[in-house]
Amino acid sequence: MSGGDIASIFQGAVVTITLSLIGILIGLPIGLGLALLRWANVPVIARMVAVYVSILRATPLVTLLLLLFFALPNIGVPINPISAAILALVMNTSAFNCEVWRAALMNFPKDQYEAAQSVGMRASLRFRRIVLPQILRVSLPGLVNEMSLLIKVTPVLAVVGVVDITRAAVRIGAQTYEPLPPFLVAVALYAPIVFALVALQRWIERRQLATEAAA
Amino acid sequence: MIHDFGIVWSERALLLSGLANTTILSALAAIASLVLGFALTPALMSKHPAVSGIARTFVDGMRCVPFLLFAYIVYYGLPSLGVRLDNWTSGLMALIIYNAAYMAEILRGAWMAQPREPIEAGIAFGFSELKLFRRIILPPLLLSAGPVIGNQTIQIIKDSAFLTIIALPELTHAASSIQSRHYVPFAAFITAVFLYWGLCLVVEAGVNSVGRLAEARR
Repeated sequence: MSGGDIASIFQGAVVTITLSLIGILIGLPIGLGLALLRWANVPVIARMVAVYVSILRATPLVTLLLLLFFALPNIGVPINPISAAILALVMNTSAFNCEVWRAALMNFPKDQYEAAQSVGMRASLRFRRIVLPQILRVSLPGLVNEMSLLIKVTPVLAVVGVVDITRAAVRIGAQTYEPLPPFLVAVALYAPIVFALVALQRWIERRQLATEAAA
Repeated sequence: MIHDFGIVWSERALLLSGLANTTILSALAAIASLVLGFALTPALMSKHPAVSGIARTFVDGMRCVPFLLFAYIVYYGLPSLGVRLDNWTSGLMALIIYNAAYMAEILRGAWMAQPREPIEAGIAFGFSELKLFRRIILPPLLLSAGPVIGNQTIQIIKDSAFLTIIALPELTHAASSIQSRHYVPFAAFITAVFLYWGLCLVVEAGVNSVGRLAEARR
């Protein structure tokens, strides 16, 4: 394995991280939107969201990605591998984020909401000032957990030709007939990223426990 | 569009064998990784720093590596160490070893949350180690960890789809080959999605009935 090979795995890491970040950044607000639709019990739509989330949570990312990549052009929507990858990641992670947000919303104390109503806050202000800051704090560990899960499914994007860390490593292994060294480089790249997220999650949980104990 | 589903229907034997393979693979992997997880849990909680350190390194290591990369290492990487496995064995082994780490962590969490009193009472009554585990520790542990184990089983079902990449003939692989043979991508993959959904709903229903059992015992 040459220096150039290692550089190409690092290029794969840039792809992995960029796609994961895009997926997270788009998936978070969509997940929140879906959770709000369910929470507000909007007729018909709430049920549709529930079914959508249930299906998406049961669908493997590979299957979803293959569906999007092959079926969308078939119905006249041209799609390239990168946009198919981002769309699949966003659909997948927003469904999981929806459940995390929804759990926080369900546990949100109703009296606070009514108090905000009684001092005359409008719905948008109520949500921004009263609900969001609190559910954000409760959901944060779960959301960070979803982020680490998202990074761990990104190797699947290789099936449509996205060259991420894993794909780059497989390619080098096939060229040099020595698959283990590039795989170990790949492990060494994933481990710190995922571990950093897991450590972040534990840190948030510890800090929240400490503030609760102090209160 | 209806015509496309007709083609998928004519290939139902292939799809059903894929579904059967996914089910067998996931069921075997879930049971074996749960058993292996049970073996690992005491090691994780061991008082010997060497034992708990090794177990902790394994569990944390697995949790930091994407499953697909791990499957690749088992399938493509092990032969260069002289271990050559076919795609079924390596796929199943990868699923079991990888998920055993998650199961061990789940069981450890549930074990730590168990009340101490029944265990101490069991010791006071002179239960042997094995009997204590089987009669006193295991039943409430399985009942309280049931939902999380169910979630992990769903995760295993979804992980098994990754094995299509090492040419294991499971559900996604079957859908892929139908799509490449007849070019009916939407019908083929959406059918697979619904079959996965059905499988996960079955697991969820199982978990719910375990939950009701736990309620009834209380």
